[in-house]
Amino acid sequence: MLHFITIGSGVPSMGIFGNAANDEKSDLETGSAAPIRDIELRPVPACAPVSARIWLGIVASVAAIGLVLGSSIATKAQAEVKLLNVSYDPTREFYREFNEVFSAFWVAQGNPAPVIETSHGGSGSQARAVVDGLKAQVLTLALSGDIDRAAKAGLLPEDWQSKLPHNSSPYTSTIVFLVREGNPKGLKDWGDLVNEGVQVITPNPKTSGGARWNYLAAWAFAEKNGLDPKDFVGKLYKNVPVLDSAARGSTTTFAQRGIGDVLLAWENEAYLGLKELGDDQFDIVVPSISVLAEPPVAIVEKNIESDEQRKVAEAYLNYLYTPESQALALKHFYHAWDTSAAAPEDVARFPKLELVDIASFGGWAKVQPEHFGDGGIFDQIYVAK
Amino acid sequence: MIQRSPMPGLGLSMGITMAMLSLVVLLPIGALLLKGASYGLAGVWETVNRERVWAALYLSFRLSLFAAIFNLIFGLLLAWVLVRYRFPGRRILDAAVDLPFALPTAVAGIALTALYAPNGAFGALAADIGWKIAYTQSGIFLALVFVGLPFMTRTVQPVIEEIDAEVEEASATLGASRVHTLRHVILPMLMPAALTGFALSLARAVGEYGSVIFIAGNIPLVTEIAPLLIVIQLEEFNYDAAAAIGIAMLLISFAMLLVINLIQIWSRRRIGYV
Repeated sequence: MLHFITIGSGVPSMGIFGNAANDEKSDLETGSAAPIRDIELRPVPACAPVSARIWLGIVASVAAIGLVLGSSIATKAQAEVKLLNVSYDPTREFYREFNEVFSAFWVAQGNPAPVIETSHGGSGSQARAVVDGLKAQVLTLALSGDIDRAAKAGLLPEDWQSKLPHNSSPYTSTIVFLVREGNPKGLKDWGDLVNEGVQVITPNPKTSGGARWNYLAAWAFAEKNGLDPKDFVGKLYKNVPVLDSAARGSTTTFAQRGIGDVLLAWENEAYLGLKELGDDQFDIVVPSISVLAEPPVAIVEKNIESDEQRKVAEAYLNYLYTPESQALALKHFYHAWDTSAAAPEDVARFPKLELVDIASFGGWAKVQPEHFGDGGIFDQIYVAK
Repeated sequence: MIQRSPMPGLGLSMGITMAMLSLVVLLPIGALLLKGASYGLAGVWETVNRERVWAALYLSFRLSLFAAIFNLIFGLLLAWVLVRYRFPGRRILDAAVDLPFALPTAVAGIALTALYAPNGAFGALAADIGWKIAYTQSGIFLALVFVGLPFMTRTVQPVIEEIDAEVEEASATLGASRVHTLRHVILPMLMPAALTGFALSLARAVGEYGSVIFIAGNIPLVTEIAPLLIVIQLEEFNYDAAAAIGIAMLLISFAMLLVINLIQIWSRRRIGYV
């Protein structure tokens, strides 16, 4: 507050308001310098000078705030091409490395070095941030439903997913179990997770894209095994003691805080957990059935400000499909399409399991409102007994 | 005939005050109410009148009230100790009271969770006697006490400094017991400031999100606070419902602060000063 006022008092003398402000300022000076003479000589209505000064105060404060906000905008204008990639939670490590590789490639092509920034968080919240005005040029989210939201808001064309190969998904992943070393509870498949006394850690599917895949994988298991899926998923979530808002939060809860017997995790997040935290603490369990998660990528047409920016954005996404990048995705525990440049152990790592894709659930446009919308099937799990 | 206020600068400062207040306080709240108005009273009620929303509101306000009461007692005690006694490390302790003001709430939440999780330093001790702290309502309470404490202590501290020891001595020489002095001399003087601190601490706790979110388990109906419910509605692009819950919180907070103010007026009348 003090900060604003300090700036505000200097504003009129800076001449921003032109004559009007200066007039008022001189009025102010005579008023405060010689109040007694004022009373004798100037028979103006009592409230006039006071109200004029109230207005001066209002104008000065608004200008002060405008000045502060304006200066922050002014510093943003820069010459180099900037790219903001808004991504979901477990891609941090991959994009950190990919950005370096891409920048090197782009400069080698004879272009000026681009400034690439990435932002990570729950896929749903990231999509909302972009819809609410975060100026992302590239979206790399956990599910196409989240990019659809941005498309519905008019930020990119509705047919965005047909622009790039493989449903615009340069890499795919699936959901596996991360259990404590030696699997003390003997958890082998989805059916074991609803047992009495098993604690399952998964994020809230309302806010996390990965959690929606977790939920759907359990649903697919129930359907395939002739169980009532709604009842099965309900039982599963009754075993969840902590509902974090994003995938990374759940990993922390499970790995650092020691809560729960099993973490439903992105496959890449699970392998990363093993690598970072030591494979003597956790084991990966692959269930009989899981989902084929296709995290898609897209350019946000509405937020492209110049031709150079478009060129970089397009090259950025296309580069994801080159053998080098595909190898990089495999190195970061994603499944990729092109294994020609990849290290053999990165390819051989993944076990074979039955995968169901989102189309078999009827697509996100159907799944999202039915399961995760307000009052949807997920909400119905949490009603008081 | 002009009657100017003897205080100079009234007009200018009034204008600045009005503009600032409008821009930073009234405008956002007005926008919230406007959003609610466009949604309609029936819509607001329909959103709020759901089991899960009531559970979250009840949880938020109940735990905030408990935390504020806890802070009322221990914040007062802390302020008393800091002002009245001289002991080594007093200044460091005094400075530490402000830390919850300065610390980003997320940092506080993560630190508290790390300490009170079943594998944390204190959490392990509590787990031995079968008491879970993190990811339960106890954890939420703890976080709310943490963020609210300085409001209480810092509000009553200057008032305690103003009370001369002679007042107590006079009371004692007139034959009053220690309890009597405390009850009839000291506490009435502290009452208005303590109520203000209580109200601030309560208001802070009700709106707290950052620290609670890490230590609460966020399980619907059990450990889901009302601000989280607002965020979840936003994630669903359900801005109307988010505004509706926001308005409900605003109204309840307003009613609570009003009651506290009324108590303050009442106590002022009864005691006759401050």
